[in-house]
Amino acid sequence: MGITSKKEFEKNDFPILDSYEGGSIILTQLDALVNWARSNSVWPLTFGTRCCAIEFMAVGASRHDMARFGYEVARATPRQADMIIISGSINYKMAPVLKRLYDQIADPKYVIAMGACAVSGGPFYYNSYSIVKGADHVIPVDIYVPGCPPRPEALLYAFLQLQKKIKREKNFKKQIKK
Amino acid sequence: MAEFSEKYIVTDEIKADEYLVNIGPQHPSTHGVLRLLTRLEGEIVHNVEPHIGYIHSGIEKMTEALSYPQIVHLTDRMDYLSAHMNNEAVCLCVENALQVEVPERVKYIRTIFDELQRLASHQLWWCASGMDLGALTAFFYGLRDREDILDIFEETCGARLTLNYSVPGGVMFDIHPNFQKSVKAFITKFRKKLPEYDKLLTDNIIFQNRTKGVGVLSKEDAIAFGVTGPTGRASGFSCDVRKHHPYSAYPYIKFDEKMGTDGDSFMRWKVRMDEMWESMNIIEQLIDNIPEGDFAVKMKGVIKLPEGEFYQRVESARGEFGVYIVSDGKKNPYRVKFRSPGFSNLFTINHIAKGWKIADLVAIMATFDLVIPDIDR
Repeated sequence: MGITSKKEFEKNDFPILDSYEGGSIILTQLDALVNWARSNSVWPLTFGTRCCAIEFMAVGASRHDMARFGYEVARATPRQADMIIISGSINYKMAPVLKRLYDQIADPKYVIAMGACAVSGGPFYYNSYSIVKGADHVIPVDIYVPGCPPRPEALLYAFLQLQKKIKREKNFKKQIKK
Repeated sequence: MAEFSEKYIVTDEIKADEYLVNIGPQHPSTHGVLRLLTRLEGEIVHNVEPHIGYIHSGIEKMTEALSYPQIVHLTDRMDYLSAHMNNEAVCLCVENALQVEVPERVKYIRTIFDELQRLASHQLWWCASGMDLGALTAFFYGLRDREDILDIFEETCGARLTLNYSVPGGVMFDIHPNFQKSVKAFITKFRKKLPEYDKLLTDNIIFQNRTKGVGVLSKEDAIAFGVTGPTGRASGFSCDVRKHHPYSAYPYIKFDEKMGTDGDSFMRWKVRMDEMWESMNIIEQLIDNIPEGDFAVKMKGVIKLPEGEFYQRVESARGEFGVYIVSDGKKNPYRVKFRSPGFSNLFTINHIAKGWKIADLVAIMATFDLVIPDIDR
């Protein structure tokens, strides 16, 4: 990343500011700083529908302790949260509510689909008349965690994957492009 | 001290100074996706209307396309905190219909698992309701001790939460060689930990003021609403299925049915705390006497029930859980109905929360120990 050639560097009046693909010093470094801060304080929404919510609680408790990765502050209102962990099945009556909760979260926002129900409908895939076959029919999902329910370690791994994803983001460049 | 305002018990029409508040579907105190439409005047609850259906998954309809061993796996996903009791209910129902006698060893194993599951469920109830009432420490204490039970489950059947351990005719695997040792170690440990729970909340004056006398459910009402389990027993309604219709190894053991008298939130709390002690007594009576033998009887590859109707009830952590199977002689049931304890318990809430403050409504909800997928299958 950074400046790709000397020619480009001379062409740019303010080489230190980011005006072309690849980025320059200040903004790439600022991106790294912001992403570092963001990825280490992701606050989940207390949203649990089915059995996976119990494993989510177990992850929050002392043995597994998601606070180690900066996820500890589970918020009860979407306005203070950064992410939703969809822990359990979503049915047709719940889907609009989930959409609304997602819309109320301020950007940037992330979604983890925890468990088979949220990934694909899981045990309710066949013959059920009311379950949405995967929460990604309703809101975009970043990380999928399979399992019925997933082990706490699997959810912790998903947290780490989400951190990796956040660290790759380019916030400032996008804004300049617009 | 919580106050009850009698003069506000009112009629059905909405008055000018009343307003409606939706608690849920996403709200921490509803323990899932329950929606309570409350009508308030100031802080005082005039009417509570529970709306369910946010987690409805049509399990009863799904079972009509499944074979009997497959149904067992779906019952885990209803009341996931008493997963093993639900499994057992279906298995017992199928066994009774086929008149299969399971080995003694299976009965003992199932009963020990029942009680371990009840302990795990009550621990989670304790920490979740402590959290509802504003004591976050309870959350960490409860889940810390619960992990020990989950380890025992995991050792034997490989799952932490949805056990799928019972199958028609027995259990899926034999118990782990370490099972007895680890259960005993857990009980010795938990006997020391449980007084801590009492110290933290039951003897706490703030907690007592919030729960004593709040949300009284009389014995007559409990019977009329079909309230069972610790909630019903707190009102003085003797409804323990383990006592009145014993199944598995419960006829062989001595235990008390823990009863309350007042029917208020504190008594519901107390009954559950006492049940934890009683569960440990039951396990201690059984754990050393597990008879040798097979862990399952051989069943046919395709289980077909004779034509007719079959009902089996068990005591889950929340109350009487019933399975009603109508069979037309095929490998799939014609109709399955589950009688879930949470459903009957929940719908008393309008009756007992009227006239209390909205914070008391949370206290009442906390001591009901609701699991929403159990209410709304």
